[in-house]
Amino acid sequence: MNITKNIHEWLFSLMPEATASIVEMVLIAVVYLAIFAVAGLYLVLLERRVAAWFQLRLGPNRVGYQGLLQTMADALKLVSKELTVTIKADKFLYNLAPYFVIVTALMALSLFPFSKEFQAFDINIGIFFLTAISSIGVIGILLAGWSSNNKFALIGAMRSGVQTISYELSVGLSLLTMVLMTGSLQLSQIVEVQKGGWLIVQGHIPAIIAFCIYMIAGTAETNRAPFDLVEAESELGAGFHTEYSGMKFAYFFLAEFINMFIIAAIATTIFFGAYLSPFGITESIPLLGVFWFLAKTLVLVFLMMWFRWTFPRLRIDQLLVLEWKYLLPLNLLNLVLMALIVLLKLTIHF
Amino acid sequence: MDVGALTTYFYGFRDREMINDIFEETCGARLTMNYNIPGGLMFDIHPNFVKRTKEFIAHFKTKLPEYDLLLTGNVIFQKRMKGIGILSKEDAISFGASGPVGRASGYSCDVRKHHPYSAFDKVTFNEILKTEGDTLARYQVRILEMWESMSIIEQLIDNIPEGDFFAKTNTVIKLPEGEYYERVETARGELGVYIISTGTKSPYRMKFRSPGFSNLSLLNHIAVGGKIGDLVATMATLDLVIPDIDR
Repeated sequence: MNITKNIHEWLFSLMPEATASIVEMVLIAVVYLAIFAVAGLYLVLLERRVAAWFQLRLGPNRVGYQGLLQTMADALKLVSKELTVTIKADKFLYNLAPYFVIVTALMALSLFPFSKEFQAFDINIGIFFLTAISSIGVIGILLAGWSSNNKFALIGAMRSGVQTISYELSVGLSLLTMVLMTGSLQLSQIVEVQKGGWLIVQGHIPAIIAFCIYMIAGTAETNRAPFDLVEAESELGAGFHTEYSGMKFAYFFLAEFINMFIIAAIATTIFFGAYLSPFGITESIPLLGVFWFLAKTLVLVFLMMWFRWTFPRLRIDQLLVLEWKYLLPLNLLNLVLMALIVLLKLTIHF
Repeated sequence: MDVGALTTYFYGFRDREMINDIFEETCGARLTMNYNIPGGLMFDIHPNFVKRTKEFIAHFKTKLPEYDLLLTGNVIFQKRMKGIGILSKEDAISFGASGPVGRASGYSCDVRKHHPYSAFDKVTFNEILKTEGDTLARYQVRILEMWESMSIIEQLIDNIPEGDFFAKTNTVIKLPEGEYYERVETARGELGVYIISTGTKSPYRMKFRSPGFSNLSLLNHIAVGGKIGDLVATMATLDLVIPDIDR
């Protein structure tokens, strides 16, 4: 984009190279923090409105037009609240835990190609980095549960550990299946490949299977219903963040929604051609790419909300049976099938 | 709700709202009606009562299958509920289970059938019995009983007799000396009142037999060996109401 290029040149002309690049990095980080906050807050609002719609209620519609400022007001309230720490909590880990969750979510966010030039961080091991980062987030949850010194928080955190480690495999393997087709882990490269048709179309049957597995495992990894055992409110109170208050609670809460966005964004990038429009024209107008990216992501986010408000919750043993006995073997078979299809050049191209 | 299926819960609220509106119109209260008083009823039924009840029955007949579509057939729900918290018929009898909890275990305990009171001997209805005794059976008994209740209402709604709704009684009622036990079938089971009177204006002893209390005592017995998730599911289908237990 021209604006970013101009800012870049202006900064480098203004100060020495080292300072300029540091300033630039900070600026980019601020931009992403803003995206993070806005996306998080509005996803919360979206969730509440969608839930209300499913449940024949109205949902928040008083603060601002159609409730658009509701979550802003909630965030302000949370900022102004007292941060409480229980006496027996491990204070250092207790305070550290929310940052693990929020920083990993932010790091993952920086990788996505929102548009052709709108990508902060395009490394050659993109997908690998994404899966690695998303596994670090669970450390935050485990720490939160452990350091709270509360039995419900601990049970929630342990469940989260079990769940994330199990479903990570399925997420990784289903993404690996798609990587077989692209031959690259770099996200921009993967988008380039999809100019000849979205990968879910190119890879037909195994790609669709991989997508289904990815969505199931992705929902499980974000700890959302029907896999929300981590904070099953009728069983565990609020799960791992039972003891958190004020802004620290808000960090967990926002991170949950950002993680949902990330899962949907990965699916958009890998399966649905990221910023590429379904009609072929994107290059001319730069912001159109951002529009398509967000539109596809929001459709997937809506799908995940649909899951949440339709299905009852699974039990922990059923959750593990689903992963280890069904999804994982299916995934491995699917990987072999995809390898065969790529080898025999049976993929569809336009 | 306790297994995380929140949407069905709100579907229930939608239909409950209509029932509450009918109640409100007739007796002015939505939850604590106090409509039955010694000697009869507090007020006559509202002129709209019959019409609105019929409307509701017609509406609910189309909405009740939605519950099945959304929840009962769901794979996750079936897996969560089947074979959990099994209560045998013998245990149901010896723990004094009543209502849907007892009937799901095959224990025929409907007070309306065995000791008909008010107009229940004039209508035909089936007592829903299941033999599985698990959480799913208790849930299904409740759904099927909604159908039965609708058919009971349909049989009675057109035949409400005209006349006095309230017979004059003294403000102080003195029971003749002796022991009395009267029971009714409620949504949760058998609600009984036991009174020992010595002939004075206040009873010598009085006991409320609440369905919640005897059903609660089952929980310890049938939840053994399950997971936390099973516990909440079992508790939900025992349909415990805390003030009811504390009676």
